[in-house]
Amino acid sequence: MIGFLAYYPYAVAGAIVLLGLVGIAISRDLVHAVVCLSVCQSGTYVFLLAVGYQYGGIAPIFGSTVHRGTPVVDPVVQALSLTDIVVSAAITSMLLALVIQIAKRRGTVDPDELRSLEG
Amino acid sequence: MSRRARMVLLALGLAGAVVVLAVGVLGLPAFGGHRHPYRDLAVAASFRHATANAVSAVNFDQRALDTFGEETILVASVAGVAALLRPVRRERRRQVDPEMPVMDSTRLLTAVFFPVTLLIGIDVVAHGAITPGGGFQGGVVLATGLHLLYVGGRYRLLERMRPLPLFEITEAAGLVSFIAIGLAGLAVAGHLFSNVVPQGRMGQLTSAGTVGLLSCAVGMAVVSSVVILLAGFLDQALALEEEPAAGQWDGREGAAR
Repeated sequence: MIGFLAYYPYAVAGAIVLLGLVGIAISRDLVHAVVCLSVCQSGTYVFLLAVGYQYGGIAPIFGSTVHRGTPVVDPVVQALSLTDIVVSAAITSMLLALVIQIAKRRGTVDPDELRSLEG
Repeated sequence: MSRRARMVLLALGLAGAVVVLAVGVLGLPAFGGHRHPYRDLAVAASFRHATANAVSAVNFDQRALDTFGEETILVASVAGVAALLRPVRRERRRQVDPEMPVMDSTRLLTAVFFPVTLLIGIDVVAHGAITPGGGFQGGVVLATGLHLLYVGGRYRLLERMRPLPLFEITEAAGLVSFIAIGLAGLAVAGHLFSNVVPQGRMGQLTSAGTVGLLSCAVGMAVVSSVVILLAGFLDQALALEEEPAAGQWDGREGAAR
């Protein structure tokens, strides 16, 4: 039981990434595919935060109640998740803009109907 | 490739990914353990520069150059979206109808929360070094607060409140002041992004040296980026329409060219 709990959060993170991948693969709508990519990226947030967690640890904001010796969770992975979120937002906005242009040029957002190359 | 073949390929790929992930995860230290060497180093570095918010210390002090790269990605993506969302040939701009039907309760909530959200956004940016928050989070809160006007049906007011040429300048200014603070560190102390400003006492608004300044620079760039991004998307939805004389679009013009 302890062994299972020790790796369960990582399994959740992996499952979110894989579910996002499945969503992209079976997608019939490009907006849906972009959202699935965001789901994939959320798996990486869960993974990063799981790596930095410590039982009993609190937020790494120091002050009158949190001292040097108080157990805190890892601020490095929290900063990395912040970077992750910003990059994810940048990518999502670029992809959605591309979807808008595809919808205008081709009149469809179904990836199966967007097979022929166009110059 | 047929849909069926694609599903088989997907199943194979997923099975492989599960195996690789499982092998990788089993090599990790168990969840929630006490050993976090990077945490210990980051907390020590955070205390050296009197930064109460260790996450901000990592972002704006220990890894400030990475944050500069991250901010550049955001600004570059805004430029990309602006290029992609230009009006195409068969489109023209129209005046947005100011009379959008909005419920009275929505109007009331907008009026209440618009100033409150802006205030919280400024607070989150300014106190990035000592309380949870920082430039990225506060910038997003500020931009969201501004777009409450759109939710409340005041699109014209929103357009007046966000002069895009000004926001394009502040976006660039945020990025430039970020790297300028880094270069100042290089000039004074010999390391890019070294924390040269006196750091004061931990927990005060003026503590943490350059962390607060960099947080404000990022906040300026992020709020402008989000405003410009959303302006592009709102334009697509509201202000652009197809030219009526354009004829039926058969979707093959690109191929014929």
